[in-house]
Amino acid sequence: MKKFNVFSLARETMRGHTGWGKQWRNPEPKKQYDVIIVGAGGHGLGTAYYLAREHGIKNIAVLEKGWLGGGNTGRNTTIIRSNYLYDESAGLFDHSLKLWETLSQELNYNVMFSQRGVMMLAHNVHDVQSAQRHINANRLNGVDNEWLTPQQAKEYCPPLNISKDSRYPVMGAALQRRGGVARHDAVAWGYARQASDMGVDIIQNCEVTGINRAPSGEVTGVETTKGTIGAKQVGVVASGHTSILMEMAGVRMPLESFPLQALVSEPVKPIFPCVTMSNAVHAYISQSDKGELVIGGGTDSYVSYSQTGSMHMLQEVLDSIIELYPIFNRLKMLRTWGGVVDVTPDRSPILGKTPVKGLYVNCGWGTGGFKATPGSANVFAHTIAKDEPHKINAGFNLDRFRTGRLIDEAAAAAVAH
Amino acid sequence: MLLIHCPYCKDDRPELEFSNAGEAHIVRPTNMSDISDTEFEAMFFMRDNPKGIALERWRHAHGCGRFFNVARNTVSDKFLKVYKAGEPRPSDAEIEELLK
Ligand SMILES: Cc1cc2nc3c(=O)[nH]c(=O)nc-3n(C[C@H](O)[C@H](O)[C@H](O)COP(=O)(O)OP(=O)(O)OC[C@H]3O[C@@H](n4cnc5c(N)ncnc54)[C@H](O)[C@@H]3O)c2cc1C
Ligand SMILES: [Zn+2]
Repeated sequence: MKKFNVFSLARETMRGHTGWGKQWRNPEPKKQYDVIIVGAGGHGLGTAYYLAREHGIKNIAVLEKGWLGGGNTGRNTTIIRSNYLYDESAGLFDHSLKLWETLSQELNYNVMFSQRGVMMLAHNVHDVQSAQRHINANRLNGVDNEWLTPQQAKEYCPPLNISKDSRYPVMGAALQRRGGVARHDAVAWGYARQASDMGVDIIQNCEVTGINRAPSGEVTGVETTKGTIGAKQVGVVASGHTSILMEMAGVRMPLESFPLQALVSEPVKPIFPCVTMSNAVHAYISQSDKGELVIGGGTDSYVSYSQTGSMHMLQEVLDSIIELYPIFNRLKMLRTWGGVVDVTPDRSPILGKTPVKGLYVNCGWGTGGFKATPGSANVFAHTIAKDEPHKINAGFNLDRFRTGRLIDEAAAAAVAH
Repeated sequence: MLLIHCPYCKDDRPELEFSNAGEAHIVRPTNMSDISDTEFEAMFFMRDNPKGIALERWRHAHGCGRFFNVARNTVSDKFLKVYKAGEPRPSDAEIEELLK
């Protein structure tokens, strides 16, 4: 693997960038691995990376039915923050945020992490109380979050309309300055490049069609479109398709898969300096380095694997965006797309062991798992390597739906990103 | 936007008039305090989430207000069968047939 640094850049500049080479290998699967990861999104590739780097397990295959990073990792609006209400969530998401802060250096790959701040608007008394409760809870957990008056919010985000007679009056905002955005593809590519270099086989166009188990119950490997592949440990990291994969091992999941859409505008000069979200009207917005405004909202209301979603969802998002930022009302929208997100009843992820020996699951990130990519991958690798959860993800077990020990961010936020 | 047929109004109406109310044919036990945690979990939290035919409840919220059931293909989003609440769940053979 060729390191990216000022010298390699200079050398390649001199010879017309002809010597960079492939960033990862494209091998055929072996018959047997120590660990198989199903799904080459950021979480799956990251898991393989941390297994190899931190736990010395290098005989790993990551199996991907499409191309790596082509799932929700490559479809999301890249908002990163850690200001969740409950202790467990603050622990997990802030672990992730801290890893983001050094990820480009660690991977020797620019993931373009930009801590431009994530501001969440409050439009009514309930929003104000809920935001302030979050701020207090976050601070007790060592997570930064601060209250802004409408004027301060406008200073932080000049396109914001704070006039009193606007349809969604701004009564204040909660700002997490350490929050921001990153380049989604680069995260998948950066992990893939390092993992491949340490010997991890990333096998694309290889769909898992069955999970094999011994008569005594434990996992023995998987069936794929490229044949049978053996492994004593299998980690399912397949976002919207998790229910289907887990059913192959006879495990029912508390998940529903919904379409979630996003859209971008035509590119314009820098105008939007931060990320702004509004939970009450379900609209969030930031500006990409290419200049497009990146806009998203809530999920469609019904289960679907179509990767599209309904037109009226986009219209509702844009209605809200134009009320909040009237300056954008003549802007043209360039592209829309959808992903399939796996949602749990409490809107918190599931990452841990399963009732089947040797089978692990990392799912339920719903509308907001991009921000968790490094943290999730890091503790999931620990869970597989040690066959027990890290203390950071111990609470995010599958058992909680039986014991009732939910991590109810659904009730806390009514929406999650 | 989807067009959905309400079996009570007997008309195709835009999706905006309806709200999805989740998986159909989940029976709520009458002896809730006697059932085990595992049974409660299965009823309350576990879902089929099928890639294929889903049986689900919809409510004509901004219309007649009534609940009904549908069989819908979750890959194409096509509504394949609409039936009234209380009518029996389509048999596996019928679902196979709908998938064709
Ligand atoms: C429109 C949109 C906007 C979003 N915005 C944000 C945001 O702003 N901030 C945020 O934090 N999160 C956001 N999210 C959520 C975020 O994208 C996801 O939570 C996260 O990317 C999930 O990563 P993953 O690696 O688990 O899944 P994925 O990237 O989806 O990877 C799973 C992989 O598994 C593969 N797979 C599935 N079935 C099989 C099989 N049978 N065999 C082999 N491979 C299989 C898939 O092809 C896929 O590549 C958004 C999501 C969407 C759709
Ligand atoms: Zn009706």
